[in-house]
Amino acid sequence: MTTELFIQGNEACAMGAIKAGCRFFGGYPITPSTEIAEYLSINLPKVSGSFVQMEDEISAIGSVIGASWAGIKSMTATSGPGFSLMQENIGFAMISETPLVIVDVQRGSPSTGQPTMVGQGDMMQARWGSHGDYEPIAISPSSVQEFFDFTLEGFNLAEKYRVPVIILADEIIGHMREKISLQDKIETFKRVMPKEGPETFLPFKNIENGTNPMLSFGDGYNIHVTGLTHNELGYPSTMSPEDHSNLVKRLVNKILKNRNDIVSCDFKYCDDADIILISYGASARSIMGTVKIGRNTGIKIGYFKMNTIWPFPEDEIAKISENVDDLIVVEMNLGQMVHEVERIVKDNAKVHLFSEIGGTLPKPEDILNKVRELL
Amino acid sequence: MMSEEKKQNFITDEEKNPYIKYFRRDRLPTIFCSGCGIGITINSFLKGLESAEMNLNNISLVSGIGCSSRVPGYLKCDSLHTTHGRAISFATGLKVGNPDLNVVVFTGDGDASAIGGNHLIHAARRNINLTIICINNNIYGMTGGQVSPTSPEGSLATTAPYGSIDTPFNLIKLVIAAGATFAGRWTTAHPLQLSKTIKNGLLNDGFSFIEVVSQCPTYYGRKNKLKTPSSMIKMFKENSINKRRADNMSEEELLGKIIVGEFVNNPRKEFSEKIENLSITESGKNTIRKSAYKI
Repeated sequence: MTTELFIQGNEACAMGAIKAGCRFFGGYPITPSTEIAEYLSINLPKVSGSFVQMEDEISAIGSVIGASWAGIKSMTATSGPGFSLMQENIGFAMISETPLVIVDVQRGSPSTGQPTMVGQGDMMQARWGSHGDYEPIAISPSSVQEFFDFTLEGFNLAEKYRVPVIILADEIIGHMREKISLQDKIETFKRVMPKEGPETFLPFKNIENGTNPMLSFGDGYNIHVTGLTHNELGYPSTMSPEDHSNLVKRLVNKILKNRNDIVSCDFKYCDDADIILISYGASARSIMGTVKIGRNTGIKIGYFKMNTIWPFPEDEIAKISENVDDLIVVEMNLGQMVHEVERIVKDNAKVHLFSEIGGTLPKPEDILNKVRELL
Repeated sequence: MMSEEKKQNFITDEEKNPYIKYFRRDRLPTIFCSGCGIGITINSFLKGLESAEMNLNNISLVSGIGCSSRVPGYLKCDSLHTTHGRAISFATGLKVGNPDLNVVVFTGDGDASAIGGNHLIHAARRNINLTIICINNNIYGMTGGQVSPTSPEGSLATTAPYGSIDTPFNLIKLVIAAGATFAGRWTTAHPLQLSKTIKNGLLNDGFSFIEVVSQCPTYYGRKNKLKTPSSMIKMFKENSINKRRADNMSEEELLGKIIVGEFVNNPRKEFSEKIENLSITESGKNTIRKSAYKI
């Protein structure tokens, strides 16, 4: 059975969160994400969940980390300025391996920027915003349906890999209304308790696949969770090069070694294309439109839509770059993901940037003009 | 006859300190300097816990950054050692996420009232059931002796080489104004009174704030002509005035004094209970516990 709904992107995200099992939201109002908080303030109590409006975005993510350790799937939603405030505690969630979901509905930036207009300026912040080496998961929806689906997927990935997952949405996807289909049966990833008892369980064990089972506070394990470099028991071990290296490498590798399980992309007409357009989020809609018009007028172009931003879809981008001369990265910033594409493509093809800032979606006719210049 | 030294070896750790059983023995010794007031505070906390008939196994300790925030790591319970100033926000999520947990926050003057001041006042406003134990040594000890928001005017610190020109916070007045339903202050010269107030704070079903004026002989003492722990504790003793007496004294008479006692014990509806009630009204059930393993 499927149900069809005509709803706003932010509402779809909040619905997806509840379907995924989210039962705690800690947040702070910010345009253009606020509808997510509003929807959850109405609906979380109806599913025996908790909604707390915190005093700022720093405490919002703090409360989410706390609730996650209480054994609850938890999330927050924000936009650029709030995402900036969250960065320190994102690092804490990384090193303490706390599953949670952060929705960043991006707007024009830097600083307060354009609160009600679209932007994609937080792509690199999602990757490098907190200090130190870490490997986040970030996914970017291009439709209301995807905002629902990706939020659900975000919770599953967060739980599976015990990592904060960032949903890099944007104002257009957050505020637009579209028809979506909801499946009755939805697969959720349930947290796994350790098999070992408190006497033998090592909560931060340096295991091969990297992700340990997670217990909750109150389970009788007397667990110590710290943002300091810690050993397998969780005790601070800040002067041991070995403990630090083992910990940070395990945290990074548990994502990188499972890249194939995490990464998702959509592409079309890439096999015979002379030029491939690459984008993500709302601007992916522009490249799909461009390809449609281009193909109708006999231009051999294809598109590659990144659903996963981080870890970067390296293998997939490398593969599509093998048979084309030019790639155009379309994004609503002055060039962020284009550098990642360049890093992977190297000399295989020429990488061009089509950039649009100011709060408007790139127009297919403008992108086509750029394509024609290259042909 | 056994030598004095040999006799000493027959004294068990439990006899030396009856609370040693609550420690993660494999983490000892602690990082605290000799003469630090944190040890007295831990003992008073454990005594208060026992007299409140609470079990450390059911306690979740949360802390931020600083010397005081290292306490949870040494005690045998669930402990969350978070980012600087943010412990109360983590504790808020933990308590709302599972209202069955007894959540205690260990913090210091810098952690609670400088970088974490906003979370402190908002948690007091919400009246969420957290017990905050703020070990106030009037200085940043972990980073080597910088001036803090509670350093007395004129006191010396590495970042106040000419004496502090700032006006210090009165933390008790601050949290009462913000809505704390329980607030008390003692010094490390009052371990028994402190343990009783900690007990009362633990039993208060709401936001409880307990300030422990404590000595940092290493930095505060050395900078301010109070080099030994005993001279600092003596100073606390001489300058402390019980709240009942202080109520009848003028501002001038109270200058430089430490007012000790319990300042407010005024229960009102607790925050996580309000969330529970909303859940019961809207879903017919209590908020779900440990749902991540079920849905």
